[in-house]
Amino acid sequence: MGILEVKNVGKRFGGLQALGDVNLSVKENTVHAIIGPNGAGKSTLLNCLVGKLIPDTGSVMFDGQSVLGRKPYEINQMGISRVFQTPEIFGDLTVLENMLIPCFAKRDGAFSLNAITSVPSETDVLEKAEKMLVEMNMADKRHMHSASLSRGDKRRLEIGMCLSQEPRLLLLDEPTAGMARADTNNTIDLLKEIKEQRDITIAIIEHDMHVVFSLADRITVLAQGTPLVEDDPQNIRGNPKVREAYLGESA
Amino acid sequence: MFGLDKKDTRMLLVVAVLTLCAPFILNPFPTDSAMAQFNAGYPDLMQRFVIFGIFAIGFNILFGLTGYLSFGHAAFLGVGSYSAVWMFKLLSMNVVPAILLAVVISGLFALLIGFVSLRRSGIYFSILTLAFAQMSFNLAYSVLTPITNGETGLQLTLDDPRVLGVSATADGSIPVTSLFGLEMRSTFEMVVGPWAFQFNAGYYLCALVLLAVFYLSIRIFRSPFGMMLRAVKSNQQRMNYTGLNTKPYTLAAFVISGMYAGLAGGLMASMDPLAGAERMQWTASGEVVLMTILGGAGTLIGPVLGAGFIKYFENIFSKINDTVLHNWFAFMPDGLEDFVVFIVHPFIGKGWHLTLGIMFMLVVVFLPGGLVEGGQRIAKWVKGRKNKDDSTSATKNPAE
Repeated sequence: MGILEVKNVGKRFGGLQALGDVNLSVKENTVHAIIGPNGAGKSTLLNCLVGKLIPDTGSVMFDGQSVLGRKPYEINQMGISRVFQTPEIFGDLTVLENMLIPCFAKRDGAFSLNAITSVPSETDVLEKAEKMLVEMNMADKRHMHSASLSRGDKRRLEIGMCLSQEPRLLLLDEPTAGMARADTNNTIDLLKEIKEQRDITIAIIEHDMHVVFSLADRITVLAQGTPLVEDDPQNIRGNPKVREAYLGESA
Repeated sequence: MFGLDKKDTRMLLVVAVLTLCAPFILNPFPTDSAMAQFNAGYPDLMQRFVIFGIFAIGFNILFGLTGYLSFGHAAFLGVGSYSAVWMFKLLSMNVVPAILLAVVISGLFALLIGFVSLRRSGIYFSILTLAFAQMSFNLAYSVLTPITNGETGLQLTLDDPRVLGVSATADGSIPVTSLFGLEMRSTFEMVVGPWAFQFNAGYYLCALVLLAVFYLSIRIFRSPFGMMLRAVKSNQQRMNYTGLNTKPYTLAAFVISGMYAGLAGGLMASMDPLAGAERMQWTASGEVVLMTILGGAGTLIGPVLGAGFIKYFENIFSKINDTVLHNWFAFMPDGLEDFVVFIVHPFIGKGWHLTLGIMFMLVVVFLPGGLVEGGQRIAKWVKGRKNKDDSTSATKNPAE
């Protein structure tokens, strides 16, 4: 049994069958990559996992509990954090405040009318956020407006925010899309570090083969809304079906 | 002090000094001088300054922090006023129960309206709140006449029950509002040379309430709750995917700001025990939006400044008439004098809205952060000049 079990999931938008019959099992403490050509249904699948979309058929189980019909914030509180394709951070707030918010969400839950204390007096949460900033190598930027960070730093911050919630499953939606080579390599190193140092399961959707093959323990290839193959990276590389559906195009 | 950091404590103290010394500060001109018409230190106007300050502080908790622009906040002010007047009619002329009821009822009303309106955001939210406020206005104006007394407005009468008080005083008139016997209208006049300063009990009650709610708003701004509200404004998507439910946050902010508005309404009725439907009209809702933006939305002190600014203009500018203008420009040759008065005329008296409109446009275009940003820029400029002086003298010194 994997930590995330997707069974027979289908999703239709009008005349378009975005997802046919998806089965997917993500094992605990592995990095599972989902790849596929444009329009293969990767993002639709991800949106079904986090509560943005509700699939028409099938089931999605996280750690033995169904996530279907739950709101995104409820699913997050179950232990699934999501990193977006374009970094979604609180642009009007400082880097430190960005890090504080998930720490408060972790401690106080989905809603808390904590208007009595002041932020500087919440030492436990502050310490945790500061520690995460150090881990993310951003401590010197803590008072910067997060909107003025570079793309790579925004990504780092977003990943740090997700990690500070101590999620069991981290979902990454093309984390290196639109990044310069150096930023991409930094992100790969960061993700490798996270994988080695934490008890965390990572599911990653990615276009960049370099990223996929340097991180993934297991790869699912999606084409036209159905999984084509699921295998180890070295077997995927040599698989003729995959070459035809995906790698063949770019080669 | 009071769990605030140094900067916030200083700001609170500044506001405290300004409000408590307002009778002096707002009366800089001797009573008989030509400039006396610019004095704003009379009880009626000072009360309005602080009451609208409270209204704007509350509005800013919603608009400044979460970015939800409500166009119907006057409805809560009106509900607060009606509740307070009913308390005067039924219970007693003491202002404490009246103000408490005003806050509670407007809070419940805000809970109801907020619950429905907050299903949408952006312009749709604004339109929903506007629609609710106009519905409330029309209800108060016509359908609910038994409760609101329609277009006449709700007033005290001699045959109100007033269970804990008296229906009429010994000399047969309607009793006045008081705080445990201290009459709200009682005013002590201090004459110093040509000046006359007025200290009014009602004003000081309002001022103390303002200080209390200003302190509360600082605490909210600096709390984790306040930070969450700013996060709502910044990125709701990230909020949802960080395990936070945005809805109760926005609803709580809406209810708190509705209670502030109800408090303002209750105080208004405590100073002058009548309530009319026009207090709920959309122009009144728009006014508090103007106050907040003019002063600086999202800043602590901005709304108070904006409220003072607009109320000053409303009361002082609108009193300038052509005769006054002719007096001012009397030193000019006749033709020129008439011409200047002709030019200035549309901007004064009933035309003060025109002046306000121009001011508002200038502020929004050149100072998007409101009067507070203006103040910050001046402070920066002064500081920059000082530093420049220091650095030039520093470079000069070694050379000498």
